[in-house]
Amino acid sequence: MRVARLLLAGLRFHFKSLTLSWFFILTSVFMPLVVATVSYYMFRAGGKPGTLFYASLGAAVYGIWSSTLFGSGGAIQWQRWQGTLEVIVSAPAPFILVVLPLTIATSSIGVYSLTSTLLWGRFAFGIPFYLEHPLAFVVAVPATILGLGLLGLLFASTFVLYRHANALSNMLEWPVLLVTGMLVPLSLLPGWSHPIAWLLAPTWGVRAIREAALGGTPWPDVGVTLALGAAYLALGALFLRYFEVAARKHATLSLT
Amino acid sequence: MSAIEARELRRTYKTSTGVFRRRTLEVEAVRGVSFEVAEGELFGLLGPNGAGKTTTIKMLITLLIPTSGTARVLALDVVKDAREVRKRIGYVFGGERGLYERLSGLDNLRYFAELYAVPPRDQKGRIAELLDLVGLTGREKERVEGYSRGMRQRLHIARGLLHDPPVVFLDEPTIGVDPVGARELRHTISSLTAAGKTVLLTTHYMFEADELCNRIAVINKGEIVAEGTPRDLKEIVADRTVIEIEAFGASDDAIDRLRRAPGVTSVAVEEREHAQVLLVQSAKGLELTQSLLGLLDGATIGRVAAREPTLEDAYVALVEQDPEPGLSLHAAGAPQ
Repeated sequence: MRVARLLLAGLRFHFKSLTLSWFFILTSVFMPLVVATVSYYMFRAGGKPGTLFYASLGAAVYGIWSSTLFGSGGAIQWQRWQGTLEVIVSAPAPFILVVLPLTIATSSIGVYSLTSTLLWGRFAFGIPFYLEHPLAFVVAVPATILGLGLLGLLFASTFVLYRHANALSNMLEWPVLLVTGMLVPLSLLPGWSHPIAWLLAPTWGVRAIREAALGGTPWPDVGVTLALGAAYLALGALFLRYFEVAARKHATLSLT
Repeated sequence: MSAIEARELRRTYKTSTGVFRRRTLEVEAVRGVSFEVAEGELFGLLGPNGAGKTTTIKMLITLLIPTSGTARVLALDVVKDAREVRKRIGYVFGGERGLYERLSGLDNLRYFAELYAVPPRDQKGRIAELLDLVGLTGREKERVEGYSRGMRQRLHIARGLLHDPPVVFLDEPTIGVDPVGARELRHTISSLTAAGKTVLLTTHYMFEADELCNRIAVINKGEIVAEGTPRDLKEIVADRTVIEIEAFGASDDAIDRLRRAPGVTSVAVEEREHAQVLLVQSAKGLELTQSLLGLLDGATIGRVAAREPTLEDAYVALVEQDPEPGLSLHAAGAPQ
């Protein structure tokens, strides 16, 4: 009960804080539109019917991924800048329960990306919004947000220790976009990239969302997304425990 | 039982310089600091910038792991029992940072009430009580980014007291706050000990330490150079006189000549808008005024006055010289 209350309070608090940041919201809304537009023209050139909605959903998941990566990395660094990292570390609540709502909140901001991308596709490119499995879609979206938020937790644990680790977020954005099949199908990518893709929740999340919308079997993909999320949670909890102690040892919780 | 106990605390930082040929440097910020604070006591830690005050506090509140030595808060080890220590302490850092700017003061307090496990049924009442204590009632729904420095500082204090901790650490809580706001904060701080809490306070302001603290430790270059009641510390310079000289354009060389003058024990310089105020300490009974003024050739002299030494003069005397074994003071009856 106490854990649920703490998680919910943290989620509400950080979601509100992020929503009040115009910079974050504008980035979440407009960046995926660029990817979506590139994607639409690419798939339109391919000439296969029905692929534009496929591209639209990929761009939407990119939005969730981008806000998670940018948010989880940036948020920890931002907390360090504004002096709140020390305050949350020194609170008696277990650190994992403090950081987890923060990373889930950053991936939840991806809802803005999802909405803007689907609206952009509908009104700028005339892509119809039709769901084959509405129930599965309604489950797949939050499962993907959760899976990505837990991946964000894994990244955030390193950002606690290393002051400049958020530079990593800029490097990871596009490789993950490509390797997980958000932009182009995995089958078009070289075989060596597949094992990497399998370990990343966005691969399964985008598949679940696409299969729920376009037809297929989304439930196994939802299951894998959540299972990977559970693995990230276990690893993230372990890393946070280690990195929190290391950060106190190496004095990296504050800027001075 | 002591509420706070530090034994031979040391903390070293590693920094690196250079781009291609990087060199790692070790800076010893705290060098074997030991002190005890009794329950219900308001203990001051005074020292110049970089003396090691904040590093000492950060070790005590579990944010830094000591390089060596031990520290206990309410008999709990700050490294081994960090989580238990955190439940029992509150801390407030001076300055504007440490709050969620985009959210309101109330949002901040509600969130921290959850982090500090304040029971849900008590949260509303506790927050209202603290807003009242720090004078923010009516402003709690405004975003923190619109708060003045004093309001932020008061919100920090409210945050630090949410879980009603028995031990409170205040690191320069009045820094940058206007005089009226600082006076209100001092009133709040003194009310903490009246409520039975143990307080460890760091400050630059001697009158603040003199007014609030039961005992004081002066820390300089990472070491405690004196410890005792404010009266004990003033005794260090009781055999001295302070000559205040207002000077315009006194050169560094001239000030060095003052420092080397026979009978002078220390010289502190306060930079004012256009003038410098030179605080020259010398042994009582010596008539040095004329000879000192003679050493300031080239400078225009304004007001000159001799007075009895204050706590600030004792502090200046302590931090301006290297620690001497005979200088350490321990007040009778205070924890050793």
